[in-house]
Parts: sequence; structure tokens; C-alpha cells
Amino acid sequence: MPTKIEKDAITGRMTTGHEWDGIKELNTPLPKWWVYVYAATVVWAIGMFILYPALPLGTHASKGLLGYSSRADAMAGVAEMQALHAEQMKKIGALSFAEIERDPALREVALTAGRVIFANNCQPCHGPNGQGGPGFPALDTDVWRWGGSLEAIERTITHGIRSGDPEAHDSQMPNFGTDKLLKPEEIAAVADYVMTLYGKAQPSPATEAGAKIFADNCAPCHGANGEGNRDIGAPPLRSHVHLYGDTREAVIAQVTHPRMGVMPAWNKRLSPAEIKAVTLYVHSLGGGE
Amino acid sequence: MAFRHEVLEKNAFLLLVAALVTVAIGGMVEIIPQFFIENTIEPVKGVRPYSPLELAGRNIYIREGCYLCHSQQIRALRDEVERYGHYSLAAESMYDHPFQWGSKRIGPDLARVGGKYSNDWHYAHLRNPQSVVPESLMPSYAFLEERPLDYAHIADDLITNRKVGVPYSDEDVKNAIADLEAQADPNADHTALLKRYPKAVIVPKNGQTISEMDALVAYLQMLGTLVDFKDVPEESLDR
Repeated sequence: MPTKIEKDAITGRMTTGHEWDGIKELNTPLPKWWVYVYAATVVWAIGMFILYPALPLGTHASKGLLGYSSRADAMAGVAEMQALHAEQMKKIGALSFAEIERDPALREVALTAGRVIFANNCQPCHGPNGQGGPGFPALDTDVWRWGGSLEAIERTITHGIRSGDPEAHDSQMPNFGTDKLLKPEEIAAVADYVMTLYGKAQPSPATEAGAKIFADNCAPCHGANGEGNRDIGAPPLRSHVHLYGDTREAVIAQVTHPRMGVMPAWNKRLSPAEIKAVTLYVHSLGGGE
Repeated sequence: MAFRHEVLEKNAFLLLVAALVTVAIGGMVEIIPQFFIENTIEPVKGVRPYSPLELAGRNIYIREGCYLCHSQQIRALRDEVERYGHYSLAAESMYDHPFQWGSKRIGPDLARVGGKYSNDWHYAHLRNPQSVVPESLMPSYAFLEERPLDYAHIADDLITNRKVGVPYSDEDVKNAIADLEAQADPNADHTALLKRYPKAVIVPKNGQTISEMDALVAYLQMLGTLVDFKDVPEESLDR
């Protein structure tokens, strides 16, 4: 408590009245404007308390007069954004691909939406321009495992591949090596033959043994000349695009214990219209049929 | 003169006690209501405790400091909802001890990464992130595949979590090791595992033993997948 407020002789200002071992302190009050602003913020805060959710009252917090909710606010923003092109997305969802193709303006909207959806969802596996990578199919070539028409691409995106979705593409290549369906030397022979299919090796009498094994074991799915079978997702072996590599070692590894990729079903994350848009985009990457 | 402030100012011990009381009042006002307010944790269906393999993977996630670059919280902001999906709910991390919300986003948010990519992608990405995402600056975690997962004490982990409120049953604890091994073996019988831990993702054991990478992938593949937002009216989450 101030005991002796007095005027300081040198500065002419008042002291606070505190004294510590003979040392006194000049009273330097806060600037008036500062004090008023401080008081105003207190009043402002009371207003905020009343208008916005703030006070914990037992089992619930006060809702505030404005009924504001940051969650509702965010979702309203999302809805507002969707409303901006709701009409076009609705059209994309309702029309067939052929009809969308006939409307250049609408197709442009779909491709733009598709590009954004692709970047967010597909790019991590299939690459920025759909160029793919080891184990992840390229989408810019005309080699398609499950078909490259708009309808086929749409189905693959919607239900995925070996994704667990009841309508997913599903197929299983036998483990020719680990299940002992073929001997290691037979697998090596068939690999030598398969390499002739895509021109990495020249056909010779030495590859004929492999040709016979191929005809007996591989041709039923991959076709007599390695042309593939899209009904069961058997890749065309004579193409130059190889998911797991085109070296002899890669072919042997794939025949011995095939790796079989999984693509998620997107029908839970994307709406049918969004899937259509990204289908059009994928189709436009270079390989669409 | 009933109270002299000078008394507090001149007595260090009294000042300490008074400061403590003042700070404690602030703390109590902020913390205590959280225990009583009913709308802190949303009443949504589907959130379950982590399966033993997921829990082991979560421990690897924490050990490797993944939270230093990846958050696990989609905030209620329009751009985040558009990029990552539905904003995160408190209920979705109610069995997290400690939670992994994080605050740094050098990498993307992982709150809903589960099921977005295939298992193969996660293995390829953890081994060499640049092989699938060329512009990524994430380091390689290939060594996780070389390290066998140490899960001898996984049942104790469940018990520890139970002590802080995670509802693991005695049966869960008893079957912890069996469940863990089943989840890392595509050829095992998964009926019991999936009954106890619905939506658990089976991972392929690529090596002879279960690796730390197997556990981490199992954990990543379930993140954000438990609540089916089709069943949750949006208004029920406003607060």
C-alpha cells in the first residue's frame, strides 16, 4: 500500500509511495489511450461471450446468440463451392459419355475437374501424367489390363482391382514356382520365350522348349501369342509395357511368385459424377480407346 | 487495512503459493468442464480400439517421429475438407494414448489415408518414397522391413491402454498375439480378428517374420476408415 506519495524534487513528478531501503519509484501511469483500448477489449470480449459458443454450463456449453459452428461453417463453404458447378456436375453425372463428348464446354469442365481429382487421388500411384511406375500401371499408353474404353475405365475406378469391393475386378495368376507347378528350369525356359514376344530376345531353337510350356500353361490366359485377355485382366505380354519389368529376372520372378496389384475402389471417396470426370481425364492422357 | 499487497510482495513463499493458486484457477476453469460436457466426443458408431498389429504399428509411427512431419487432424476448414475428406472428429482419436494430431505438415495429413492407396503402394513408398512420388522429400524407411517386429509384449501394451480407459476385453488381451499374427498373414483365418476389430486390413508378410513395416502399413491402412459418414447426419456434429 502506498504510504507516502510525494513530489520528486528533481523531475517534478509524483512517486508511487513505495519505498525499498530508501529507494523510491516515480509513478509512470499507462498512457490513457492504452487504458481505454484495454477497457474496450474487455467489453468486446463480453459481446463475444454472448454471441459465440463460450461458457461451459454443466453438461453443455452455451451456444451463443449467432448459433455459429466452425464445422457448419466449413461444410457450408464446401456446399457453396459445390453449388458453383453443381449444375454442370449434375449434368456430367446424368449424361452418358457419348453425350458429354458431344458438348465441348461440358467436356472441358469434366476434364478440369478430372485433373484436380486425379492429382489428389490417383497421382501418388500412377504418376503426375499417368506415366505409372514399377508395379503401378501407366495410363498414357494403349496397353490396358482391364480395358481402355471410357466405360471400362469408369468401372475400374468405381470398383477397383482386388479391392474387396464385391464388383471389383479380380483375378489370380497361379504361383507357378512357389506352388511347384513348373520347375525352375521350365520357368527359365518360358521366360526366354516370353522375351521373344516383345522383341527383347530373338526366337531360336533354344526358345522352343519355352514356347511349348507357354502354350500349355500361359496361353489360356495370356493368349497364344501373348495378346492378353481383358476379361480376366491378363496383361498382353507382347506389348512393350511391363508392369514389373521386362528383364529375364523380372519375368522369372513374376512367373515364380506373381505380384498382383491392388487398386482401391473409389466409390466411397468420390461421387459418380467425379468418377466420370476423372475417367474422361484418364482417357485423355493418351491411351484412351 | 484488511489486506496489504506488500505482504505478498515481501514474502517469497507466500507469493509462490498465491501464484500457484491463481494459475490453478485458470487451469481448472479450462480443463474441468471437458470432463462433464457431453458434446466433447461425438456419439458416432464404428470407432474401436486398435488391433494388436495396428497398435504395434502405431508404436513404430511414434518411435520414428512421423508426427514431426505428418499431422493426423483434418481441421474444419473448407480447403482441408476438399483435399483430405471429412474433418476429423474427437471420437476418432478417443482411443489414442497419446494422440497423434501433430502440428507440422511437411508431409500431407494422414488422418484419412487408410484405404486411399494399396498395400503395395505403402511398401514401395516406405522403402523409397521418391520411387512413387518423385518430388517427395520424405526419407527412406526401408530399414523397417529388415527389422523383425518385437511383439512379445503386445498383450501388456493392450493392458496398459486398458488402464487409461481403452476398452480392451480380457479376450482381446488373451488373443493379442494370435490376432497380431493373423493380421500379418493373408492365408490365416481372419474371422475372429475381424469380429474383434472390424475393418482391420490384412497385410502381406513379405519376409519370413513379421517386420516393423508390416505393422506400420496395417496402422496406416486403418487411419480414418472406422466411421462411416454416410450414417452420420452432419447437423449432429455441429458444435
